[in-house]
Amino acid sequence: MTLLAEQVLNGLQFGVMLFLLAAGLTLVFGIMGLINLAHASLYMIGAFAAAWVQGRTGSFALALLAGLAAAAATGVAIEVAVLRRLYARDHMDQVLATFGMILFFNEAMAMLFGRQPLMAAVPGWLGGSVEFIPGVPYPVYRLAIIVVGMAVAALLYGLIGHTRVGMLIRAGATHRDMVRALGVDIGLLSTGIFGLGAALAGLAGAMTGPLLSVQVGMGDRILITTFVVIVVGGIGSVRGALAGALLVGMVDTLTRAFLPGLLKSVMVATEADAIGAGLSSMAVFILMAVVLLVRPRGLFPAHG
Amino acid sequence: MTITRRAAIVAAATLAAPSLVRAQGAAVKIGMITTLSGPGGYLGADIRDAFQLAADTGMFGATKVELVIEDDGLKPAQAKQIANRMLKSDGIKLFTGIVFSNILEAVAPDVLEEGAVYVSPNAGPSSLAGKNCHRNYFVISWQNDSLHESAGENATRLGYKRMYLLAPNYPAGKDAITGFKRFFKGEIVGEAYTKLDQTDYAPEMAQIRAANPDAVFQFHPGGLGIAFLRQYQQAGLVGKIPMVLVAPSLDATTLGAVGEIALGMDVTAHWNSDLDNPANKRFVAGFTERFKRMPTYYASQGYDTALAIAAALKTANPGNAEAFRTAMLKADFASVRGAFKFGANQHPVQDWFGLRVEKGADGKLALVTKGKVLSNHGDAYAAQCKI
Repeated sequence: MTLLAEQVLNGLQFGVMLFLLAAGLTLVFGIMGLINLAHASLYMIGAFAAAWVQGRTGSFALALLAGLAAAAATGVAIEVAVLRRLYARDHMDQVLATFGMILFFNEAMAMLFGRQPLMAAVPGWLGGSVEFIPGVPYPVYRLAIIVVGMAVAALLYGLIGHTRVGMLIRAGATHRDMVRALGVDIGLLSTGIFGLGAALAGLAGAMTGPLLSVQVGMGDRILITTFVVIVVGGIGSVRGALAGALLVGMVDTLTRAFLPGLLKSVMVATEADAIGAGLSSMAVFILMAVVLLVRPRGLFPAHG
Repeated sequence: MTITRRAAIVAAATLAAPSLVRAQGAAVKIGMITTLSGPGGYLGADIRDAFQLAADTGMFGATKVELVIEDDGLKPAQAKQIANRMLKSDGIKLFTGIVFSNILEAVAPDVLEEGAVYVSPNAGPSSLAGKNCHRNYFVISWQNDSLHESAGENATRLGYKRMYLLAPNYPAGKDAITGFKRFFKGEIVGEAYTKLDQTDYAPEMAQIRAANPDAVFQFHPGGLGIAFLRQYQQAGLVGKIPMVLVAPSLDATTLGAVGEIALGMDVTAHWNSDLDNPANKRFVAGFTERFKRMPTYYASQGYDTALAIAAALKTANPGNAEAFRTAMLKADFASVRGAFKFGANQHPVQDWFGLRVEKGADGKLALVTKGKVLSNHGDAYAAQCKI
C-alpha cells in the first residue's frame, strides 16, 4: 500500500513535468498550427543554462531564472527568425525545419558544453526526504516539482480563463482569421505565446537538471511522450494538456512498477519481467490509441 | 504523429554528414562507425580519440591508415546505411567503432557477408559469440556476459546473499542479467528491465526499497548510470543498500559526475587506469595530456583495438581476409590491460579485476584496483563456436 502511494507520487511528478512541456507545445500547435519539434531543444537549452549558472554561482534560484530566460529568449528568437515563415506552410515543411533546428541546437550545445553530461546539484534546502506518508521517505525536491507544476497550472488557468490576453489566446485557437480581422496583432500574440511556451519548457529543463543528467539530446527522448500527451489531451487545450500529462505520467509509472508483478501471478517470473517491461513501454501508446478511438479529438478538444 | 516520425527519418538520412580524416598516399582505409551524438556520444568520442591517439603516436609504424569516421546517432538503420555506403562506394574492407550491441547486430551481418573484417572495440553480444560466430569477426573488449559474470563472482565473494538486478531492455541488458546469474550463488529477489531511453528511475527505486535486498546489481551505461546513481542517493538508498557494478555503469566520466555518492561501491572491469604495465602507463599519460581528461575504459578498448589492428596490418592486408585473420589471431601487441589472447570464438580471454571507489591522497575520488576476480576468463559461448 505504501509502495502504491509512493508510485502514485512518482507518477504525479512525471505528469507535472510532462505538463510543463506539453502546455507550450499544445498552445503553439493549437493557435499557430505549427508542429514544433524544436520544443525539445528549448527544454535542453533551459537545462543547460540552469546547470551552467548553478555551477558558476551555486545559486539554484538564479539557475531557475537563467533556464527560464535562456529558453524564452531562444524561443522568441527562433519564432521571429524562422518559424513565423512556416505558419502557413505544410506540416511536413514545419517538421523538416524544426527537426533541422534540433540537430543545430544539439550540435551547438555539444560545441559549447561538450558531450559529457553536466551535473546540477539539488539545492541544500530542498535536499533530503520527508516522510509525510508513514514508511515512505519521499525526496523533498520531487515534491517541490509537483508543487511548482501545480502552481504553473493554476497560473495558466487564471491567465487563459480570466484575462483579456487569455481570451485572445482562446479566440485565436478557434478562429484565428476572425481574431486577425478584429484588428488584433496576431503576430505579436504568436510571439508572446511562443515565448511563454518556451519559458515553460525551460523551467521544466531547469528543474530536471538535479534529477537527471543534463546532456545533448536529452529533450529528443521526452518529445515523443509530450506529443502523446497533447494528442490524448486534445490539441490546443491547456486543460487537456494537464489532464493528458497526469494521465500519461500515471499510466507510464504505474505500469512500469506493477505490470511485471501482476504478470508474475499468471506466468514464469523471467518471462513476466521481459513481457512486463515491453508492455509497460507500450502502455502510453495503447492509451493514446484507445483515446483516439473513443474521442478522436482528445479528452478536452479546444476547437468547438 | 506518423507524419512527424516519417519526416524525422527522412531528415536524419539527408542530414547525416560524413567527416573524413585523411592520411597521405595509398593507405589502408578503416571504417569507424560509432556513436558520437546523443546521450551515448562521449562513449564513441573516447573510442575515436584513443584510436586516433594510437595512430598519431606512431603505433601503426610504416603502415599508412586512413580513418573514415561516421556517427551512427545510436540508430541501427542509420548505421546500416553508412556501412553499406562504406562497403560499396568506398571499398572499405576493415571496420570498427560500434559502441552499442543493437547497432552491431544490425551492421555486422552486412559487413561480414561482403567478406570484410569487423573488429569490435566495445559491443560483444551473445548472438554473435556462439553458433553465429564468424571468421572475420573479432572482439577486443569482451563478450557482454563475461563482464557481468565477473560482477556475479564479485557479489558472491563479497558475501551478498539476496540481490536485486536491473538492466535496460535491449540485447546487452539481457546478456547482463544472464551473465550475472551464471556466476552468482545466492538468491535473486527481483529483476527489472528499464527502458533504454529512460532517465527517471523513481518507480524502480521504490521497488528496490520494497524488496530490501542485500545489494543491488545494475547495468546502466553512460549518462543512464549517472541518473540512476543520483536518484539512488535522492531516494535515500546510498549507504543502506550497497551496489555491485560493472565498468560501464561507473567509469571515470560517470564517477566525476556523481562524486561522493559512489564512494565505496564495488566495480569489476578488465582494465583500470592504475594497472601497472608500461603500455598502460604510456596510454594513460598520452591520453590525459592530449585530451585533458581521464581515459575511460572505452578509450582503453579503442586504443587496444588500434594496437591489435596495427599488429595485424604489419604482415597482412584486410583485402586478403584469411591472411589478415591469421595475423589478427596472434594478438601480437602489448594490451593496456596486461594479458590478452583470443579464445576459440575470437573473443578475448583475459583477467577481470575488482575495483573500489576510494578517496585518494589528493582528496579526489578514484577507482582503485583491489585484486583479480577472475583469471584467464573466456566466455560461455566459445564452445558453441565452430570455425
